[in-house]
Amino acid sequence: MSKIEIHLRCAAQLTARSLTACFALGFVLPGAVSFAQVPSSEPPFAGAPPEVRRLTESQYRATVADIFGADVPVVGRFEHGLRAEGLLSVGTSEAGISAFSVEQYDASARGIAAEVLSEKRREQMVLCRPRSEKSFDAACAKQFVEHYGPLLFRRPLSAEEVKRYVRAAEAAQQRLGDFYQGLQFALAGMLVSPDFLVRIETVTPDPKHKGEVRLDPYSKATRLSYFLTDSTPDVELLRAAGAGELDTDAGLARQADRLIASPHFERAIRAFFEDMLEFDTFGELAKDPVIYPAFNSIVARDAQEQTLRTIVSLLVEQRGDYRDLFTTENTYLTRALGTVYRLPVATRNGWEKAQYPAGSGREGILTNISFLAFYSHPGRSSSTLRGKAIRQVFLCQAIPDPPNNVDFSVVQDSSNTAMPTARIRLEAHRTSPACAGCHRLMDPLGLTLENFDGLGAYRTQENGALIDASGTFDGKEYQGGSGLGQAIHDSPQTPRCLVDKMYRSAVGRKATPDEHPYVEYLNQTFQGDGYRVPDLMRAIAVSRTFYAVTLPKSVVNPPQRAAVQIPNGGRS
Amino acid sequence: MKKLDRRTVLKGALGGAAIGVALPFLDVFLNSNGQALAATGQRVPVRFGTWIWGCGFVPERWVPTKTGKDYDLPPDLEPLKAYKSDLAIFSGYDVKLDGVANKPHITGCLGVRTGIPVPNESVRAPTIDVIIGDAISPGTRFSSIEVSTSGIDRSYSYRAAGSANPSEVSPVKLYQRIFGDGFQDPNAATFTPDPHTMVRKSVLSAVTEDRQRLMRAVGADDRRRLEEYFTSIRQLEDQLALQLQPPARVENFTKPDAPPSTPMDSEISNVMVTHKLMAGLLAKALQCNQTKVVNVLLSDTTSNLRRAGSSTTHHTLTHEEPVNATLGYQEQVGWFAQQSMVAWKDFLDALSSIKEGDGTLLDNCMIFAHSDCSIAKAHAVEGIPMMVAGRAGGRIRTGFHLAGGADPASRLGLTLQQAMGLQVERWGVQSMQTNRTITELMA
Repeated sequence: MSKIEIHLRCAAQLTARSLTACFALGFVLPGAVSFAQVPSSEPPFAGAPPEVRRLTESQYRATVADIFGADVPVVGRFEHGLRAEGLLSVGTSEAGISAFSVEQYDASARGIAAEVLSEKRREQMVLCRPRSEKSFDAACAKQFVEHYGPLLFRRPLSAEEVKRYVRAAEAAQQRLGDFYQGLQFALAGMLVSPDFLVRIETVTPDPKHKGEVRLDPYSKATRLSYFLTDSTPDVELLRAAGAGELDTDAGLARQADRLIASPHFERAIRAFFEDMLEFDTFGELAKDPVIYPAFNSIVARDAQEQTLRTIVSLLVEQRGDYRDLFTTENTYLTRALGTVYRLPVATRNGWEKAQYPAGSGREGILTNISFLAFYSHPGRSSSTLRGKAIRQVFLCQAIPDPPNNVDFSVVQDSSNTAMPTARIRLEAHRTSPACAGCHRLMDPLGLTLENFDGLGAYRTQENGALIDASGTFDGKEYQGGSGLGQAIHDSPQTPRCLVDKMYRSAVGRKATPDEHPYVEYLNQTFQGDGYRVPDLMRAIAVSRTFYAVTLPKSVVNPPQRAAVQIPNGGRS
Repeated sequence: MKKLDRRTVLKGALGGAAIGVALPFLDVFLNSNGQALAATGQRVPVRFGTWIWGCGFVPERWVPTKTGKDYDLPPDLEPLKAYKSDLAIFSGYDVKLDGVANKPHITGCLGVRTGIPVPNESVRAPTIDVIIGDAISPGTRFSSIEVSTSGIDRSYSYRAAGSANPSEVSPVKLYQRIFGDGFQDPNAATFTPDPHTMVRKSVLSAVTEDRQRLMRAVGADDRRRLEEYFTSIRQLEDQLALQLQPPARVENFTKPDAPPSTPMDSEISNVMVTHKLMAGLLAKALQCNQTKVVNVLLSDTTSNLRRAGSSTTHHTLTHEEPVNATLGYQEQVGWFAQQSMVAWKDFLDALSSIKEGDGTLLDNCMIFAHSDCSIAKAHAVEGIPMMVAGRAGGRIRTGFHLAGGADPASRLGLTLQQAMGLQVERWGVQSMQTNRTITELMA
């Protein structure tokens, strides 16, 4: 029996023996069962088919900013990303591109191209001067396409591709009579091309292993760059790819270290946590203005930023322990947030560092309103939603959908209307056998946050009854939000879940069974490095498993790219 | 009557110069039967729409006791009194699960729309609006337009799993998309083809030149995704091609004013206002042929509708509100179900307020309204309420109640496709597979 079979078998037995029916319906985290022997170096890798991933909204924006400048506006709208396996970044491997999206990409492309070739910018953005603005200068147009093409397509363009976009520029100039307008439409074309909107990886035969394939160096650079900067490979990375440096361990490590040290690394951290925390739907958060008059769009915006600032500060600036996110009293506040937290904020406009006072019941990001208000109903808190989110978002434990034909007789008993607190109301679910399995997992976690109402403001009573914020997790009893934060901090599942999601995000899919030993290796590395997220990301970025590929299913011959020129210098 | 050929008249108009197109809207374009013909001399198109409301109904307040033409209107259908003869009411049609896990509020909705029950949002076939749209939409500016009126971007219009056609949630943005940049007033005095449009069109064809190379490079699943991209690009090219031709005149059409900005949330009085504004804009878009397919989501299938100052939503109430002992049903849930029908009436008002030929826009539409479940507290997918409104330009008969007797809901989906002229003989899978047309609906 292979190692992996043993692994799966253990998982299955554990599931059957000690976990509830609720978990049996869900999935078991890769690497959730530890081996006697812990891999101390990267285990052998297997690979998966190459990635075909749509750019996310944040990647699109960062890419445009990096290539053309942060002040070039993106005017189109973005449809909601598809969330798969808990992450939008996995959804990028599955989502198609609807007619609405193409319309919007087209609007963005035209807006960006018009700005880049505008009179005020063209001198800076176009590195050659046409002989005349009224006649077509093929050499200058070619230079323009050869400069921006590789930055946009994340690889050198074939001669055929260069010709195609030069021809587009020429045709546009002929109709519109202006050289720069010609370039503008050629650029707009590149910006709606699938080569720009979708990261389509290319494989080449592996010279070391006959019959196998490996990622082509530019696809490798692209994986690395979007993972560590949430953006397109910069000129230096494209150069290193072209020079073959990414195929050596030292060359790869050099580039990974450079990107982690760059200011853009913070962007990758933000993008990952915005995705993991599901902030993409924060804009839809609605609160009843009668019940929660303090809630408005500024509070909603600042609440997200508060949590992201806390994360970046702890994980990147202080290179702290990931688990401390759940216990830290350090935070950031604005005036608008101060009204909800009932804390004084001296700064009129902007952010200031702050600390949750001892005894406030607040500690860690689970007591931030970005969590408390987000996982609540418009008019009241929800222990179930909060408990479910803690399980799914931070512990990677799936909670199945509620059963059909639920017996709500207790709730529906009209003589039983006096249920002042959430605990009493939820007791009904937990005493019904059909509901109990899952509600027992969600509610005790969520109920410890009941001192925070549906907006996240502190309270001690609900409907005149005193709130009991006690709970248990992993068999340990604790009290309130602080106790919950400590319990999540101490759970061995917390860092494992982060590792799992980080790898999923990096490759745009769940780890395959063959990769479970690798995930276990990452778990051990993460633990050994003191749970430092940048170190975990580095470990992934320099590992072979991260780049290992097989042929895409149903592709017979790997495509060969013709020899092409390397871009020499660029703006970013 | 000799057919006027607008293309011939306008030949040579594409040089970029403004020309006055003095094409009077002639009465002779309405033929002797009184059927409306557009200025091109073609029959007024038949349009299709879907209209979804979440969390089902209270059966005893909705299902008529009588079937056939003389059906009665229980309290929750009462708001639709004015449309009794324009509506076909379908009760007692099921989504058959065949052992597929019922994901509450999803399986029922997508089962009705695809004929295949699925345990999650991963549809196994396109939704009916996409199937019909592919047949009737070519040549229109938008292949379909989706809206969601309760402040959240959800859509149950799918070409394939993983890519719902996203909904507009803001009337202002809906207006901009339809009547902003790229809109050509069909009744404008002059027509000026924009040379930029020609350039954009040729650039798009350049972009698609590499289709074969890309398709060869990826696996089967990804090929399907790229195929969708190329389909979307083609639709954009078609839009641009249309903009290069003078639009056909449309009788009684005036471009609507931009809507006011409204609060976009799930409080029901706001939703009613948003829905009415969007219904009006969609009706105008259908009238002037910007699209032939619309999809409206009044409330999500887990309905987030709520009343001002209330701590619970419609969906939460379905599970938590005690049954009123006197009334015998959940009173507040019933109220939301009835309000949903008031909104449905508002939608029909918007369509029927537009005159087309000797009838109204509604007469040339076929709108399929349905929910995601029957009794929401049990997440039941048996007896999901469904309705069809309009006459589809004379292709269907409405004005009756039909009891399905536990027949698969896919019978209606099949019939709707056939009514729109699709050559389809059977639809759905397993117990949902059917070749039984609902002949009562066919004219």
